[in-house]
Amino acid sequence: MTRPNLAVNLGGLQMKNPVTTASGCFGFGPEYAPYIDLNRLGAIVVKGTTLEPRLGNPGVRIVETPAGILNSIGLQNPGVDHFISKALPYLKEYDTPVVVNIAGNTLEDYAELAKRLTAADGVAALEVNISCPNVKKGGMVFGTDCFMAAEVIRTVKQHTTLPVIAKLSPNVTNIVEIAQGVAEAGADALALINTLLGMAIDIHTRKPVLGNTMGGLSGPAIRPVAVRIIWQVAQAVNLPILGMGGIMSGEDAIEFILAGATAVAVGTANFVNPRATMDVLEGIEQYMEKYGVKDINELVGAAWK
Amino acid sequence: MPVREMAKVVSNSPVKPGYYLMELDAPKVTEEAKPGQFVHIRVGRTMDPLLRRPISLYDIDKEKGILSLLYVVVGRGTRMLSEIEAGADLDIMGPLGNGFWLPDRATRCLVVGGGIGVAPLLPLIGMLDQAGLEQKILYGFRNANAVVGIDVVQEKGWPLAIATDDGSVGHRGFVTDLVKQAITDFKPDYYYVCGPEVMIRNVVWLMKEANIPGQVSLEARMGCGVGACLACTCKTRKRTGGQQSVIGGQLSVAGHEQNFDYSLVCTHGPVFGAGEVIFDD
Ligand SMILES: Cc1cc2nc3c(=O)[nH]c(=O)nc-3n(C[C@H](O)[C@H](O)[C@H](O)COP(=O)(O)OP(=O)(O)OC[C@H]3O[C@@H](n4cnc5c(N)ncnc54)[C@H](O)[C@@H]3O)c2cc1C
Ligand SMILES: Cc1cc2nc3c(=O)[nH]c(=O)nc-3n(C[C@H](O)[C@H](O)[C@H](O)COP(=O)(O)O)c2cc1C
Ligand code: FES
Repeated sequence: MTRPNLAVNLGGLQMKNPVTTASGCFGFGPEYAPYIDLNRLGAIVVKGTTLEPRLGNPGVRIVETPAGILNSIGLQNPGVDHFISKALPYLKEYDTPVVVNIAGNTLEDYAELAKRLTAADGVAALEVNISCPNVKKGGMVFGTDCFMAAEVIRTVKQHTTLPVIAKLSPNVTNIVEIAQGVAEAGADALALINTLLGMAIDIHTRKPVLGNTMGGLSGPAIRPVAVRIIWQVAQAVNLPILGMGGIMSGEDAIEFILAGATAVAVGTANFVNPRATMDVLEGIEQYMEKYGVKDINELVGAAWK
Repeated sequence: MPVREMAKVVSNSPVKPGYYLMELDAPKVTEEAKPGQFVHIRVGRTMDPLLRRPISLYDIDKEKGILSLLYVVVGRGTRMLSEIEAGADLDIMGPLGNGFWLPDRATRCLVVGGGIGVAPLLPLIGMLDQAGLEQKILYGFRNANAVVGIDVVQEKGWPLAIATDDGSVGHRGFVTDLVKQAITDFKPDYYYVCGPEVMIRNVVWLMKEANIPGQVSLEARMGCGVGACLACTCKTRKRTGGQQSVIGGQLSVAGHEQNFDYSLVCTHGPVFGAGEVIFDD
């Protein structure tokens, strides 16, 4: 039998297989290089990057929850220029497209980020974070307002030739509306989903555990929500979807693809299993072999098509 | 380079009620392990609890490829760890973090530990001994029932003094009393400390007053253990002399207006120069 096709096209981003990393869960790449071959990833999505360096939120920044975690990192990062000069040269050594997740306080921030990263050699696509629940200005505020979400995407599109992936927040009443808005604004793909706003209280101190009070819930606990959102959006909006939210195995990834995702990102699972991305990839291959699937693209949205 | 290894549990038994010593046959992790480093352990196979648990290296036997861990049961993860039987496989990542380093010039070292914080100090004491440095070891515990990690120290005849809050063993009071005394008697020119944060803070303050440099080993809640999630921060003095590299988890934010950085306990630490850390009151 000829080898099945795993290659996918995510709105112009060519990937040799559908498995990538979720922003903020894989650092800038070298952190997991001792554990996996970065060349085998379909793409690497790096930690959210802002124009200026950001210090992030005070601790405690992480709490374990049933089958999940709450985090309030607050987009700590060394800034876009530092990323371009220090992290990008390392990533360019690999034969894997680099997707940069960007976040801004203002439209101008997003424009400038898009400009600088497009000019830098070695960025394959931009994932526009309009959905971070852990920062005061910008962040989720953009992603929960349909008009603003579209404005951000329009602005980024005006300042880049790279594929633009809009990363949406699940913390809204009607995510389909927002997805339609950013699609009209010119997004090339959608990333679904960012974390769900949550919180934990220490019953002994009677205070919130996280330094920033609330945080974003991720991990297997949110998987059914992610699958539902992808199912809804994929049927309403004609854009390829990068699906994420609690993917731990190949089987999980297949569920996302059947719901309508073209590619998948592995986030929290990396913390539990540093080989999670490879296990997901191998699991997808095994599934395809078992059911005689010749091309992964045949499975996209197969649950409703 | 750290690795992920399926280690074989050689033994896992209580040394006191609630305190356990686990020996692991883990040749790959052991080969590169240094005093002060830790392993990140998957305590179960299900999704809840989800995260790994960081535990320091208590003993590193390079010849046999055996690592020992000394831990206390505080919650669900460490309880599950305590229930694992000899012969089982344990999923570990390591060795992680930067360990202790030898001082440049010092000759007389004070080693201060509190509670389960004494665990990472044993390999350090061995390292200082090998380097021919004179040392004095001061351990503080809540009471006699909480005294752990002293057998090897006593066997080897290393100079040890103990303080307990209730006086059930050794000096009655805090270990900082012993530290104050040692500053005048022993006249250390370097120190190492690991334990509860209040204790570390008080020891650092005393040593700073006496103008003695040293190293501290810190704890923080961890997600990944490898520098990817940025969860395990502690406040450190702002690094001068340009920006840090982001390669290898060595991420530091430069150019911000505050006068501190958030450093990562898992990759910049867990051991820091005492002067680097900022303790909040
Ligand atoms: C670098 C490092 C080295 C350590 N070495 C040792 C050691 O040698 N021996 C030992 O007994 N303990 C050690 N600890 C502490 C140990 O990791 C915690 O006691 C353990 O994670 C608690 O898990 P739990 O599920 O039993 O507790 P729970 O309270 O049920 O855990 C809930 C969450 O809180 C986290 N958490 C709770 N307490 C701590 C803590 N003190 N530090 C970090 N995270 C915590 C857990 O990891 C988990 O994510 C170390 C911690 C760090 C960071
Ligand atoms: C520690 C942590 C940091 C994150 N940082 C970012 C970020 O910088 N930008 C972003 O768009 N999403 C960020 N996310 C969200 C993830 O990319 C992902 O959307 C979410 O965690 C759901 O996937 P998962 O359940 O597989 O982790 C972060 C998530 C975690 C757990
Ligand atoms: S635990 Fe993830 S960065 Fe330290």
